[in-house]
Formats: sequence, C-alpha cells, structure tokens
Amino acid sequence: MNLFMPSIALDPIHQFKVTKWLDFNVGGIDLSFTNASGFMALGVIMTIAFFGVAASKGQLVPSRLQSLAEIGYGFVADLVRGTAGEEGLKFFPFVFTLFFFVFFANMIGMVPYAFTTTSHIIVTSALALLVIAIVIGYGFYKNGFKFLKLFAPSGAPLPIYFILIPIEVISFFARPLTLSLRLFANMLAGHIMLKLFAGFVVSLIAAGGAYVIIAPFAFAMGVALNALELLVAGLQAYVFAILTCVYLNDALHPAH
Amino acid sequence: MLIALLAEIAAQGAEHGEAGKPAFPPFETWHMPSQLFWLAVLFGILYLALSRVILPKLSDTLEKRSDRIASDLDQAARLNDQATEAQQALELRIAQAKSKARETAEKAREKMDAEMAAETSRVDAEIEKNLEAADERIASLRVKAMKNVEQIAIDTADAIVGRFGVSASKSELKKAVTAALE
Repeated sequence: MNLFMPSIALDPIHQFKVTKWLDFNVGGIDLSFTNASGFMALGVIMTIAFFGVAASKGQLVPSRLQSLAEIGYGFVADLVRGTAGEEGLKFFPFVFTLFFFVFFANMIGMVPYAFTTTSHIIVTSALALLVIAIVIGYGFYKNGFKFLKLFAPSGAPLPIYFILIPIEVISFFARPLTLSLRLFANMLAGHIMLKLFAGFVVSLIAAGGAYVIIAPFAFAMGVALNALELLVAGLQAYVFAILTCVYLNDALHPAH
Repeated sequence: MLIALLAEIAAQGAEHGEAGKPAFPPFETWHMPSQLFWLAVLFGILYLALSRVILPKLSDTLEKRSDRIASDLDQAARLNDQATEAQQALELRIAQAKSKARETAEKAREKMDAEMAAETSRVDAEIEKNLEAADERIASLRVKAMKNVEQIAIDTADAIVGRFGVSASKSELKKAVTAALE
C-alpha cells in the first residue's frame, strides 16, 4: 500500500506538515510561529470569542448564544461533578479549558485545508502530561504519602498485593501514554482516511473509463467518514475531559 | 486496521525521512519546541481568560437566575397561601351570611304566625261575642214571643168564653192559660 502518491494533492500525510509562518528564535531554540500554532491560536480565539460574547450580557433570560454557552458550562460542570464529586469542582476551570481547547482544535480540523492541532503527538502528550502532573502534584499536596494508597487498594489478601501493586503502578503510568495516544491516533487516522477517500475520487475520475463508475462510491464513503469524524472529534474531546476527571478523582480520593 | 495503517505510515515516514524525502510530520523533531511553546502560551491564555473572566461571569449569571427562580417560587407559594386564606375567609363569610339570612327568615315567619294567631283569636272572639249577643236576642225575643203567645191565648180564651156568653175575669183567664201552657 503506497500512501505516498506523487502528487501533493493526493498525499494524505501532507495535511500534517508543519510550515513556518513567522520565524522566531530564542537562544538558538526554534520557536517559530507555524501553521500549527496559527490554527491553535484560531481555536483559542474562537473559544474566547464565543464564550466571551455569550457571557458578556449575563441576561436572566438568556439569548440563544448565551444559552449555548450555559449548556456547555452545565455539561462540563456535570461531567466534573459526576466523576470527581463536589470537591472536583475546583478543577472545573481546568477541565473546561481542556475540553474546549481540544473540542475547538478537533472541530477546526474538520474544515478542509485547516490544520488539526491535535493530530500531533507532541501536543496531545503535553496535555496528557499536564493532566498527570496535576494529578500527582495535587495528590501528594492534598493526601501526602496517603496518595500512594492509590496503588494498594484496601481489602485484598496480603499475597495479592505482590501482583496488585505492580499492576496498579503500571496502569497509572500508562495513563498519560494512553490519554495522549488515543486522541492523537484518532485524529491522525481519521484525517488520513478522509484524505484517502477524497483522493480516491480524484484518482478514479482521472483514471477514466470504467473507474469513473466506482468514483461515486468512494465519494459516498467520504461523506459518511466526514460524519463519523465529526462525531469522533466531539467524542474524543469528551473522552479526554472525562478521563481527566477520573484521574483527578484519584488525586482527590486515593483510598478507594 | 488503523494501528496497521499507523505502523505503515510511521515506517514509511522514517524510511522517507532517511532517504531525505519528507518525514512523517508528527514525528519530526524540529517543530516540537515551537509546538510546546505555543501550546503553553495559548493554553495559558485560554485558561486565564476562561477561569478569571468568562467562567465567573457565566456562573454568576446561572446563580443569579437560580436565586431569582427560587425567590419567585417562594413568592408564588406565599401568594398562593394568601389566596387560599382569602378564599377560606370568604367561605366563612358566606356561611355566616347564609345562617343569618335563615335566622331572619325564621324570625319573620314566627312573627307572622304570631300576628296571624292573634288576628284569628281576635276575630274568633268577636264572632263569639256576636253569637252570644244574637243568642241573647233570640232568647229575649223568644221570651217576648212567649209572653205575646200568653196574651194572645188569654185574648183568644176571652173571646171564646165571650161567645159562650160567659164573662171571666182577666186574672182567672190568665191562671187558666198559664195552667194550660204548662
């Protein structure tokens, strides 16, 4: 399967290419403002603009826009309360930021020719490591060494702990890996599939003859995949946020 | 399938990278510092904007609304209580008025009954009196008539006796008539 077709227009990997928009170098480290940074900034600006405008009036009877923002607020608040309890609400702004950062990045990625920020593992792993750093930091800050009880759930017979503790430790340290890979792989694979099927349509028509008959099927597949990817874009933001809440719950109540 | 796809992409990316052709972009290292830097800056800006300005405002609005709803519900419950009270008072007043009306009607009937009884007894008494007077008059007329009958009998007896050529004194005639009448 040769994914690297000669034309850039048909290259499914080309969409992930990072290009510099503005050169920016600090102490020999390349911190250029790239297309990745640009679309990330777009997502942030859109989030701030949407919620800023929606929240600005603070009407008692909300407008449609304000209602939408309040639904978003309620959705994330219920998510945090449901998984991490009332105490978890101190992390509500963080989870809210995380959810809408990922959500807007994923949704902007659905627009053709847009860059999908979350399709780069460096971004998703940075976010996942931030979550785990907060879990570990807050876990020790709040519970002290009792936080380590997380690795030794009470109530098991002694010999079991010899197996249980290593499993718990491994599963804990696998969390940032799975958290970052899940989002990264979903966005990457989804966008490759979209590009492949869209590319098939072009290739089939270009090939001419009987191939043209198959082209509409590839096109239909592309449409269906678009719908699926739209779902995945929302779902992965939700999954990222809810898993963050689950991990924060461990920091808040380690002795479960 | 996706994993196989990813593996292939990674393998090919690496292969091409080594061959000097474009590497698989997410695994390129040159842009990673810039990605991390801008992620930190932009995520930080978003976090500050949301947590310091926007979310407090939203939660403020939601709180104000729920307060308002609670106070409105309280007021509605209070007004409802007042309405119920007013209705009960009204029902009480209606019941009182009804019983008073019944009482008045009863009194009026009693009064009328009494008046009627009085009138009846007065009329009865008058009739009685008239009857008595009539009886007396009848009795006196009868006595008078009887007296006249005696006189007529005496006169008749006198006349009859006179036809026989015998004269009798008045007192004798009277004595004889009285004896005959008894």
